[in-house]
Amino acid sequence: MTAVIEVAGLTKTFGSVTAVNDVSFTVEENKIYGLLGRNGAGKTTLMQLLTGQDFATSGSIEVFGQSPVENAKVLQRVSFIKESQRYPEDFKPKHVFKSAPWFFANWDQEFANRLIADFRLPLDRRIKKMSRGQVSAIGVIVGLASRAPLTFFDEPYLGLDAVARQIFYDRLLEDYANHPRTVILSTHLIDEVANLLEHVIVIDEGRIIIDEDADTLRGSATAVVGTSTAVDAFVGTREVLHRDGIGGLASVTVAGLSEKERADARAAGLELSPVSLQQLIIRKTNLSEKEFEVSA
Amino acid sequence: MDESRPIFLQIAEQIENDIISGQLAEETQVPSINEFAAFYRINPATALKGVTLLVEAGALYKKRGIGMFVADGAQASLKGKRRDQFSAEFVRPLVAEAGKLGITPTQLAEMIRKEDTK
Repeated sequence: MTAVIEVAGLTKTFGSVTAVNDVSFTVEENKIYGLLGRNGAGKTTLMQLLTGQDFATSGSIEVFGQSPVENAKVLQRVSFIKESQRYPEDFKPKHVFKSAPWFFANWDQEFANRLIADFRLPLDRRIKKMSRGQVSAIGVIVGLASRAPLTFFDEPYLGLDAVARQIFYDRLLEDYANHPRTVILSTHLIDEVANLLEHVIVIDEGRIIIDEDADTLRGSATAVVGTSTAVDAFVGTREVLHRDGIGGLASVTVAGLSEKERADARAAGLELSPVSLQQLIIRKTNLSEKEFEVSA
Repeated sequence: MDESRPIFLQIAEQIENDIISGQLAEETQVPSINEFAAFYRINPATALKGVTLLVEAGALYKKRGIGMFVADGAQASLKGKRRDQFSAEFVRPLVAEAGKLGITPTQLAEMIRKEDTK
């Protein structure tokens, strides 16, 4: 596997705030990554560092084997679509699509035209007069049609309705299948994108708390439900990710169980229920918050 | 898709079901990885993992440059494998649940017989 991004010991501080805290990871070529985390976890800062839009306080970043900072060779192969994208005053979508090919070597105008029709985007209206969802659609179209070898989508669909989001997911998968590339998708809508992702990176308070293959992660936790006594007996010394209880009943989320353990649990009269990627991440980020409080 | 288990396993099972039911006949071509990915809205790498499982199990085989095909004898061998799982996945929980409700094995057998003649 070829690494597209290699990050080691990366830290970024803003005054007394540490937005990215000693982070190390690798991004492999031609996979779809999910960069997930709560608001203010450090996702956008991390992407800004990776695309050379901000300077690291310490640590190293290599994108396509080189530092991205003011490096045209790297940046012309990168597309970064961000939620907060601003356009020049009086710009219309047609101006955006006219200038995009100057920046992206792989720009596919035909694909862009198809997407414009799919999203029903008016081309001749001033962007500042457009709805939030329409502005987001411009970014999504640029991100897809640029076919950059490394594409970042940072919360690309603010204001996009469910239909438009589905179009985005379908077109992304379809185009990715025909033109493999590395995609990093940052979002809050974890359940919606869970099945698109091959690899998941979760960042919390500037640190990476999960860096795992999506399939491995999906099977890595189960909720065990039953009477408190039976649940406690089964859980024993296992790591508990989350615990809920009502009356004499308990629901405990534990790390992955083997087939035999599952059978044992069922034999003990316990019910096993799945934990979605979204729930798992919520549980894990809560856990680290508690750990953080204890250590503080 | 059910969230609790790896999706590639579910894809493999789905294809197995289609082979068992005869919807995917032996020696016919199965959809491509990208078609599976688009249909189930999943990452193509995940679809590939599911299909690879079936290739390793001998249920599918690859024709170079053409695509994947259902192997000769796949239906019978998958049915055999499913029969082995049947007891663990269905009969055991059935007997356990019946026991909880005070249904004896004889009564249970009678209930199954009735269901079958309906």
